[in-house]
Amino acid sequence: MQGTNLKKENDWFDRPASRRLLWRLLYGACAVSVLLEIVLIATHQRHGHFGEGWPDGWWFFYALLGFIACSLMILVAKGLGAWLKRPEDYYAETEETTLPEDIDESLR
Amino acid sequence: MNPFAEIHPALILLIGALFVPLFRGVWRSAWTILLPVLALAAVAALPSPGEGAQWTGWTLRVLPWVNEPLTFLRVDGLSKAFAYIFTINAIAAFVFAFYVKQSGQHVAALIYIGAALGAVFAGDLISLYVFWEVMAVASTFVILARRTEKAKGSAYRYVLIHLLGGLFFLAGLAITVAQTGSIAFDGFDFDTAQNAGTWLILLGFLVNAAAPPFSAWLSDAYPEASVTGGLILSAYTTKTAVYALLRGYEGWEPLIWVGCIMSIYGIIYALLENDMRRILAYSIINQVGFMVCAAGIGGPIAISGATAHAFCHIIYKSLLWMSAGAVLYRVGKSKCTDLGGLYKTMPWTLTFGTIGALAISAVPLTSGFTSKTIILHAAEHEHLFWPWLILEAASAGVFLHAGIKFPYFVFFNQDRGLRPKEAPLSMLLAMGALSFLCLFLGIYPQPLYDILPYHVDYNAWTVPHVIAQAQLLMLSALVFFLFLPMLKRTATISLDTDWFYRKGGDAFYRLADKSLNAINAATSRLFLGKVVNSITNFFESGLPRLACFFMTPIWKLMGHDAAQIEAERHSLFRRSKIGAFPVSITAFFAVILLGLLSLLFKTGK
Repeated sequence: MQGTNLKKENDWFDRPASRRLLWRLLYGACAVSVLLEIVLIATHQRHGHFGEGWPDGWWFFYALLGFIACSLMILVAKGLGAWLKRPEDYYAETEETTLPEDIDESLR
Repeated sequence: MNPFAEIHPALILLIGALFVPLFRGVWRSAWTILLPVLALAAVAALPSPGEGAQWTGWTLRVLPWVNEPLTFLRVDGLSKAFAYIFTINAIAAFVFAFYVKQSGQHVAALIYIGAALGAVFAGDLISLYVFWEVMAVASTFVILARRTEKAKGSAYRYVLIHLLGGLFFLAGLAITVAQTGSIAFDGFDFDTAQNAGTWLILLGFLVNAAAPPFSAWLSDAYPEASVTGGLILSAYTTKTAVYALLRGYEGWEPLIWVGCIMSIYGIIYALLENDMRRILAYSIINQVGFMVCAAGIGGPIAISGATAHAFCHIIYKSLLWMSAGAVLYRVGKSKCTDLGGLYKTMPWTLTFGTIGALAISAVPLTSGFTSKTIILHAAEHEHLFWPWLILEAASAGVFLHAGIKFPYFVFFNQDRGLRPKEAPLSMLLAMGALSFLCLFLGIYPQPLYDILPYHVDYNAWTVPHVIAQAQLLMLSALVFFLFLPMLKRTATISLDTDWFYRKGGDAFYRLADKSLNAINAATSRLFLGKVVNSITNFFESGLPRLACFFMTPIWKLMGHDAAQIEAERHSLFRRSKIGAFPVSITAFFAVILLGLLSLLFKTGK
């Protein structure tokens, strides 16, 4: 795939500099979303829906929920994967030798 | 009043499907687009009874043994909202499928969509059941249309599970009609209408809603369907089930927990999955979980929220299936381990797919944000903290598995040297139109709110809500990229509940083989080896032996010695072998036999 068309190709996302920029943007966006809540708290607009004592009124509740819930789900999936994952030929199905008819004709 | 004053939208598709084979080439494609356009017009032309009111038409007394007529066209806010999105999605799907030349697939798909419309307009249990089963059969043909061995296998399993679900429904229907004497399909009351009948019908609905453990059919079959087949299937079966749950089982509390389990289950399996279309299939289960939960919560907010969510979900889920379909069409591969780096040559597919991915994640400015959050609002309103928390966590998880994982592993990740062409124009047009709807309904949801079954006084666009949602999603995104090494795809499948019938079926086959064939072999040994042998022995030497047994004492009495007895015996055996007994003996036996026969006939009289 090292052809002449490689030059005009858009490879922005493969560049290390772009990746660094994207990481900074991600951290920045997280920081902004948390900072905005501080503005809410300062202007007394931060209320829980369930009333006093319920966790959804805690400061930075949604940031915590997002972080913890997603980490947990990935860990649980990883753990279950060790138990549930099988090789692709587990059910011993016949693999197609030709591409199905719904695939682009030029590939066949 | 003339009950047939209105055109039944389902009939347009069901009858129109039969004419598809008469057309050729682009005319056929144009015909398949025209049909859902006409159906949409027919839906729009239906009367709009006010909130809580119904309009019924197409009442027919088709079954002479049922006292009530069947109602084929019940129009109210709920059925009309689902009919709108069913037809809009069908238009987009057939624009996308413009290039498909196989007409069998179009016929099956149109009958399937027509039956789905028939099911949401069905005003009683019997007509609902009929369309329910037509959907099951037609959708099986949509899966089979890919004509691969895998598609055949999963279509076979698919139809078995759906026939099972249909049997639950039928059994429940029979019990309910026997108990109440009515075929009406309105809301069953959780406090007063709980019985074997209603629970069986609920079970039948949940099979179609892909609730675990009856969920594996979805992730098994949809990804084996063709590029367009998967896209069409993704919208109708589960959403018709959602409609039926919203109509019949509003406020049934167990559904809250069924929905919560579905929403988490879908995420965990989608995270484990390698095939991009299977990721999207599990994501359907996750999304339908929200709607099932809403049915369990009940009340105007939850029902309207679930309807709005179903509406938007069908759009962005179709969009995601389209972008995955376009990639599959151009690359011929669907596994994350084979894909990556496609952003370079398929930027439009990437853009539209990403809009779908953001919408499913309920990012502000997309339709998920203005629809899914109504369900969360309903949970808050009913003060259901734990279900609310699970759904919020699931919302974060949606961003992980569908919002980021799908586009990341397909379009970015590792460049595998794939340089496919951009998707064909018809596909881009369809994706563009649905992307527009995702953004439009995210920014200006009022047209959607106006067609919901109940008026909702809900505004997703409050500052605290937007900030909360942004926090939830940004931190989820951060977790995704921090945990990326753990999410590396492997060329594996994950065991799901279909293991029980796939491996179980194999085991049953082997068990049957071992046990029944062993019985067969033993029987063969016993009969052919022993019984038949002894019978032939008996006829060969049994009679002279018997004769010897009786004759030996007589010979002894007659004073024969051992040598003489042996000679007598020998001659007896010899004569028996060649059948040379004196005629007198045969005649003697014949007389006995005739005597017995005459005795028998005498008593017979």
